[in-house]
Amino acid sequence: MIPEIGLAALWLAAALAVLQLLGGVLGARREGMELAAVARPAAVLQALLCTVAFLCLLYVFAVTDLSVKLVADNSHSMKPWIFKVSGAWGNHEGSMLLWITVMAMAGGLIAFVERRLPERTMLATLSAQAFVGLGFYAFLLLSSNPFQRLSPAPPEGNGLNPLLQDIGLAFHPPTLYVGYVGLSVAFSFAVGALLTRSVTPDFARVMRPWVLAAWIFLTLGITAGSYWAYYELGWGGWWFWDPVENASLMPWLAATALLHSVSVLAARDALRTWTIMLGVVAFSMSMIGTFLVRSGILTSVHAFAVDPERGSFILALLVLYIGGALVIFALRAATIAEGERFAVTSREGALVVNNIALSAILGIVLVGTLYPLLTEAFDIRVSVGPPYFNPVSAIFLVPMLLVLMVGPLLRWREDGFARIRWQVIALFAVTLGVLLGVWLVADIHLLPLIGLALAVGVGIASLLPLAGRSLRRTPLATWGMVVAHFGVAVALFGMASDSAFQQERLVAASVGDAVEVGPWQGRLDTVYPVAGPNWTAIQANLHLAYEGGAERRAAPQSRNFWAPVMETSEVALLTRWNGQLYVAVGNQAQDGRWQLRLWWKPFVTFIWYGGVLIALGGALSLVGRVTTDLRRRRRPEDDVDEAYPA
Amino acid sequence: MRRLVALLLLALAGPLAAQGNVPPAPYAYTQLADPAQEAAARELMHTLRCLQCQSQSIADSDAPIAGDMRHQVRARIAAGESPDEVRDWLISRYGDYISYEPQVSASTWPLFVVPAIILVLAVLLLLARVGRRRASGEGG
Amino acid sequence: MRRLRIILWCMVAVAAALFALFYYQLNQPKNDFVTSAMVGQPLPQFALEPASADRPGLATADFKTGEPQLLNLFGSWCIPCRIEAPQLEALERQGARITGVALRDTPEDVAQFLELYGNPFTRIGRDDLSETQFALGASGVPETFVIDGAGRITYQHIGPIAPGDVPVILAELRKAGSGS
Repeated sequence: MIPEIGLAALWLAAALAVLQLLGGVLGARREGMELAAVARPAAVLQALLCTVAFLCLLYVFAVTDLSVKLVADNSHSMKPWIFKVSGAWGNHEGSMLLWITVMAMAGGLIAFVERRLPERTMLATLSAQAFVGLGFYAFLLLSSNPFQRLSPAPPEGNGLNPLLQDIGLAFHPPTLYVGYVGLSVAFSFAVGALLTRSVTPDFARVMRPWVLAAWIFLTLGITAGSYWAYYELGWGGWWFWDPVENASLMPWLAATALLHSVSVLAARDALRTWTIMLGVVAFSMSMIGTFLVRSGILTSVHAFAVDPERGSFILALLVLYIGGALVIFALRAATIAEGERFAVTSREGALVVNNIALSAILGIVLVGTLYPLLTEAFDIRVSVGPPYFNPVSAIFLVPMLLVLMVGPLLRWREDGFARIRWQVIALFAVTLGVLLGVWLVADIHLLPLIGLALAVGVGIASLLPLAGRSLRRTPLATWGMVVAHFGVAVALFGMASDSAFQQERLVAASVGDAVEVGPWQGRLDTVYPVAGPNWTAIQANLHLAYEGGAERRAAPQSRNFWAPVMETSEVALLTRWNGQLYVAVGNQAQDGRWQLRLWWKPFVTFIWYGGVLIALGGALSLVGRVTTDLRRRRRPEDDVDEAYPA
Repeated sequence: MRRLVALLLLALAGPLAAQGNVPPAPYAYTQLADPAQEAAARELMHTLRCLQCQSQSIADSDAPIAGDMRHQVRARIAAGESPDEVRDWLISRYGDYISYEPQVSASTWPLFVVPAIILVLAVLLLLARVGRRRASGEGG
Repeated sequence: MRRLRIILWCMVAVAAALFALFYYQLNQPKNDFVTSAMVGQPLPQFALEPASADRPGLATADFKTGEPQLLNLFGSWCIPCRIEAPQLEALERQGARITGVALRDTPEDVAQFLELYGNPFTRIGRDDLSETQFALGASGVPETFVIDGAGRITYQHIGPIAPGDVPVILAELRKAGSGS
């Protein structure tokens, strides 16, 4: 009964989306205003129905109702409870339902609260949202019904990929989806504004919270995904420029650019066309990312739920949405005036550099990710990996970070370097000093070296906007910017430090043997088998001390899951403020010794601390923006956005 | 035929299933004694594709073939070959696919031309902005 | 403004090309095989110990007989190798000379494998470290190479030999024979 309720709710929601589309289109064309009045309630009701459907799915997974095909295919009665529930979205159909639910909730929210835009633009936005939603409803209901029954019900389910049975990964994909879906809202706003030709600072202010929210989730999703790969795959890598990793990075790059350009549009009424284009591009990247991951046309270590038929459907949606939006854009763009002009030495000037650099990096990641696909069409196989992406993206990243050090110090509209000359000189001197200092004492590669220096420079520079201000009266949005930029420095420092200074030790050790890596010393004490709810494992117990300090226990496991059969490495992490010791245990050699892999990774944790700080900055900014925007609703012309007190 | 393909897929799908009856090669899980050589080998291993794993380098994989490839890399580096020689040797066997570091060649030049074009475009866009400021500066 | 419009239509064109590429690749059979760059080249140098008691080992010189031969990479632990065993026997019956390389294997396991699934091989070399596999540019097992009488690799078959592949391989053998 419960699955049927879920399915019925989905069909109803799809019907409401049709209504919302019609009402929105008619309203935007100033016809049939009776039907137009339906658009908003339809959006709100849709959100409720989708939530009901999703709760139904959670329920059938929670009770392991094996008469539902999706549950039988992806779950197992022996699984821990939390992974039963997270299994609901750990598969294609369930994750699509989650996608739609989040999208409907977002649509419902804008329909319910958003009253700042001209009603026509709003209706056009709602119909765009309904149009995008309908494609996904069709996908879900016609080709990936999550509630399909199975008769007779099998006695036991197939289980979930053990790599996915991990708390980090249970919440990593939904976080990314929320980000992707948030960008779909930005996309709808962009299309709505394009259709009604009203690209205004107001539009930017309405769109900004959605971009910010989507971007926060993308940041968290990427950070979590990177940490997951780091500890779950067992070899200590945190970013490999794998196609699936790139698929999540590309929307983030576009969203980061959009976030900054939308601020320019809100504050200065400039970069109109550019902002609209980024809105379209950001959602395109979400869709392309989804397509690449789901269709399986690229080989990836993270590939799951791969199916060419689904690929065709997503591709059709991709053509419809992105192709359509680009054509509308090409037809309409010339009718949007370009907006205010500004000087290059101004806040906008710096933000333009940021946008160009981010777009360039996006272009490179896109080309590098898709190039193997292109050559395969001619039967030539090439691989593009870190040795390509790292240096080539650095060409743009380095100038961008240099500008990031200065940009937040500049005023909007027009500024002279003379005012901030000493700060800038000091910043560059410090950066250069660190560069030379590290170069003299440590023999490390160029990229980590530059990374370390820039991390220090950006870290100091990011705090400067607070100098000389009353910290309590500093707007939350400024705090957000400071925290996020500081997070960039922290993450960069972690990456550079791990690349430059990590130490690796592979040993075959018998019980009682001493092991050491970097500043850590200890021994292998015992090795014994252990059993979990759906796995057995060999566990090694080591005791290690950092520079002669207190001993700490590390107990890595090599796990064997039986549903489905798979071997995974469960690493032990000993975290200190200045880094992490990473211990993994492998197989037993014929002489009875155990393969141990140890890494001392100085400051590696800063990568994810940085990611979290960036997201936190976004959150502060979001709260700040929403509260100021609400306050400013009555007096829109009173705009001193981010300006400095003279 | 279809059953065969299914069986084949099954065999390929389980990279952690048995792939040999002998212990790993000597240098698969053992580092070289010389730290400089080991560093060179490690750096190289991170840029070589594991042939049977989906998009992983041989430095990040438990697959036996990755272990055997690590052995080859370490053994050859220890014998005095340079990382580039080892890479070239593998490319001569498997083509460009084996290396994550694309070399400029007839099939990879767009990878290097496109960033250059992007760079030029970026600089042009910036210069256009600077030019505009001067123009508007004179006007206002 | 006109320039902007041209740029935008360029973007539409790029997107269309991208979608076309996606569509094309979506409908291509997914092929994860890595082909050897050694096809057309002389066999690399190797000299392998015997992998089983009743067949001699295998070296590069054994191929310079003037007769084309098959070189089959297998492992007793490899399930697709069992699937292709009948086809290897069929090839042998139809006159193909087949040599083998057992990868990462022990003599006992190889002997058992040959007993269970037949022994069409004239020589079997033993490759514990996959060195010959790498030298040949093979990425896994089973793989089968056609070597002409001068010791040159003329053809590579990746994966198990299906019944339908037997005539193809025989034809490749004939081609290699007439070429040298």
